[in-house]
Amino acid sequence: MSAASILSVRDLQVSFDLRPATLFGKRRRLVAVDGVGFDLAAGETLGIVGESGCGKSTLARAVLQLLPSSAGTVVWLGDDLGSLSPEEMRRRRRHMQLIFQDPLAALDPRMTVGEIIAEPLDAFEPDLGPAVRGARIAESMDLVGLNPLMINRYPHEFSGGQCQRIGIARAMILKPKLIVCDEPVSALDASIQAQIVNLLGRLQREFGLALIFISHNLSVVRHISQRILVLYLGRLVELAPAEDLFVAPRHPYTRALIAAVPVPDPLIERAKPRLVLGGDVPSPLDPPSGCAFRTRCPKAITLCAERRPETTEAGPGRLVACHRWRE
Amino acid sequence: MNAILEIEHLTTRFATPDGEVHAVSDVDLRLDAGETVGIVGESGSGKSQLFLTVMGLLAGNGRAEGSARYRGTELLGLSRGEMRRYRGRHMAMIFQDPMTSLNPHLTVGRQLTEVLNLHKGMDAAAARAAAIAMLEQVRIPDGARRMAAYPHEFSGGMRQRIMIAMALLGGPDLLIADEPTTALDVTVQAQILELLRELKASLNGAIVLITHDLGVIAGLCDRVAVMYAGRLVEEGPVEAIFAAPKHPYTQGLLAALPRVDAKQPGDLFAIPGQPPNLQRGIVGCAFAPRCHQVIDRCRAVRPLLADLGCGRRVACHRVGA
Amino acid sequence: MVDAVLDGIQPLAGRGLWADAWRRLRANRAAVIGAIVLGVIALAAVAGPMLAPHPIDAIYWDRVTMAPDFALGHYFGTDTNGRDLFARTLYAGRISLALGLAATLVSVAIGVVWGAVAGYFGGRVDAVMMRAVDVLYALPFMFFVILLMVYFGRNPLLLFVALGAVSWLDMARIVRGQTLSLRRKEFIEAATAGGIRDAVIIRRHIVPNCLGPVIIYATLTVPNVILLESFLSFLGLGVQEPMTSWGVLISEGARQLEGGQWLLVFPAGFLATTLFCLNFIGDGLRDALDPKDR
Repeated sequence: MSAASILSVRDLQVSFDLRPATLFGKRRRLVAVDGVGFDLAAGETLGIVGESGCGKSTLARAVLQLLPSSAGTVVWLGDDLGSLSPEEMRRRRRHMQLIFQDPLAALDPRMTVGEIIAEPLDAFEPDLGPAVRGARIAESMDLVGLNPLMINRYPHEFSGGQCQRIGIARAMILKPKLIVCDEPVSALDASIQAQIVNLLGRLQREFGLALIFISHNLSVVRHISQRILVLYLGRLVELAPAEDLFVAPRHPYTRALIAAVPVPDPLIERAKPRLVLGGDVPSPLDPPSGCAFRTRCPKAITLCAERRPETTEAGPGRLVACHRWRE
Repeated sequence: MNAILEIEHLTTRFATPDGEVHAVSDVDLRLDAGETVGIVGESGSGKSQLFLTVMGLLAGNGRAEGSARYRGTELLGLSRGEMRRYRGRHMAMIFQDPMTSLNPHLTVGRQLTEVLNLHKGMDAAAARAAAIAMLEQVRIPDGARRMAAYPHEFSGGMRQRIMIAMALLGGPDLLIADEPTTALDVTVQAQILELLRELKASLNGAIVLITHDLGVIAGLCDRVAVMYAGRLVEEGPVEAIFAAPKHPYTQGLLAALPRVDAKQPGDLFAIPGQPPNLQRGIVGCAFAPRCHQVIDRCRAVRPLLADLGCGRRVACHRVGA
Repeated sequence: MVDAVLDGIQPLAGRGLWADAWRRLRANRAAVIGAIVLGVIALAAVAGPMLAPHPIDAIYWDRVTMAPDFALGHYFGTDTNGRDLFARTLYAGRISLALGLAATLVSVAIGVVWGAVAGYFGGRVDAVMMRAVDVLYALPFMFFVILLMVYFGRNPLLLFVALGAVSWLDMARIVRGQTLSLRRKEFIEAATAGGIRDAVIIRRHIVPNCLGPVIIYATLTVPNVILLESFLSFLGLGVQEPMTSWGVLISEGARQLEGGQWLLVFPAGFLATTLFCLNFIGDGLRDALDPKDR
């Protein structure tokens, strides 16, 4: 949409063919991401929220071409990533990095911190001399608040928060344009979570990074994101600037999601109106007809079962997929 | 008042190949009938180990010292057989992951009625009726039919309800919930919290809610105990502590949380550093290396819990000094 | 901020997983003793025939099937052809150990590459490569060896090839299994997302992380190969006179149980001791490399 957009995702669909349970059973198809689209501007943070199984991690991996998509396009700086050869795609990876939920699992246990952080550097700038290479590693460690003296240590000698810093240092060493953060603070304790959130925020401001920040923690997403995309069962439910979304959610699911988050203040938490959704998220193997949310939606009408709501513009920069968002 | 559980000077140590770990260090806590107490702390703060010790569920390499009395009866040092009589019937515990606590090969009905046969000597028909009634109470619709289902046929939220039902079947007056909603999605968590809220009103005993989520505590608990590095650092009524935390750790923890109901400008408040390694003996206050109000005394002398009045206690040299 | 964590840990060399495993291995008494004993046997096998008072192929017609006699330098006695058993046992050790080692190296080299490539790429590549392994598995081993022997003649080199060719199949399966579970690890995804080439990922991440089970399995392959060679020699398909191996000596000794027990006892003792040592080392390595099982 905007001129500064570096990433543009259109109608992305990711599906998995599941093996039939019996020999002659029907091959079943699981649509994990269904027709999601968004744009990302340089230096912007887009939060992606939703419950488990809503496809947020799948969406991130499909955007990074780590999973094949079954329909739709991902355009990065003018190139349709889906049409690139593996080698062309590999070369573009220097600009888009990924950090993970489980910080220790994302680090090879048999490599030193220095080797881990230098790995993308070795892949894309293999001709650096040892002195320059060492300086780059130290610079990246320093950037994320790791003591460069720790360069020869191994991941298991670090705490979770420190491991996440190592992961960020590895992602930052090539100064990418985009970092996709997949639940980067979910495995961390509250006091460490704040350190990492602040670090990501600082890196973004300093280097003009764009972030895709995936989390189920709405409070963190609200804090760090400029815009937020809400997913439910693989579908875009609502996309809006962060403050608009929290102050005036348009989709009933967004509203329920926000209301469900406990607020760490007894006076507010006890006084707030209860808006508890019944039931569970339906199986993505057998999504409801029409609107995916209608089985739990307090405002569902017959139309919701008959027709899937289209993604419509609901105000400046706001998209919502609901038949009744106006009410 | 009517004390259900009195914990005094409780210390739990684990022998590990790399040395002894002090998981719980000299904790005092009292639970009265009718109250819900939240235990909050980060991973490794000893909040779960404290109550696993009380329940006699320590891992083999763990040793406990001190005292934990259930309605006046000392629990530490009871034989496994005696402890088993208390568990389920008087005290029950529910865990974060219901799937590990449920036997995947038995129907839910079988597992529920087993508890009743065991603890109350009910016959099959009575146990079945009671189990179905209990499923209704934890809001599992169509209980009679669901009794024949296996655990994997239920969703995560439903399984947690079954765990709660199972815990309540023996009629305990001490229910310990260890991170009961952590593995659940936020909308399902809201359902379970709603259920716990209802139970709280109907249960005569005490509920302990162990969690890392201050929001959950704010909504559900009467009192809160904050643990750090195996120690109890602050304890008191929920409203008072959330409104004016006294211990620098509690203050930091509350300030570090982004809020869903308001946008903080700028950076979050971050407590610097990491929690201490419990393998090394801690001298002085465990929080001292991360504390911005630290004085020399903090590094030398461990602060004891001091009574501040109004049911509040805090372990900090800088408070009330 | 970081310095608070560092408090006092100034020696900045890290404690790697390999170093950890080495420390744990050294603490394992059975493994250490096994390694020392094995070292002595290997040394004796290499240097022994030179130190022995008699050559391996000298035939003493007057000393046929003689019991151990220290005065004449026949420490282990002589065999039915009047040859010195001490020299022959040590020499046989050289052949058996060399065969075991060589076949294991072949199996590691082929098995690791095959298994890692099949497991890493998965899908069709995996299916084709692993079906090839299945086909080789299905070939009766004896048939295979006899065919080789008939076609190429009895050549010790062929024995290496034959033994190596069958023992890599298990190794490939083990490595493939390891690779499949590693592939799901996030650090592999991190490398892919970081733009690291597949070959580099296999070399830097997959193979080093498979090495633990590979080493363990290799130490268990060596005794297997030695036993297999003994079995082949027993059937007359193994090494040829005047060369010999423990298997050959045992098979000859077994025929002389009455009136020549030493002909069986000494080679069998060496073989058994070696197998014990290798198994202890293998066990020790498994405990050292898999701390989860402690």
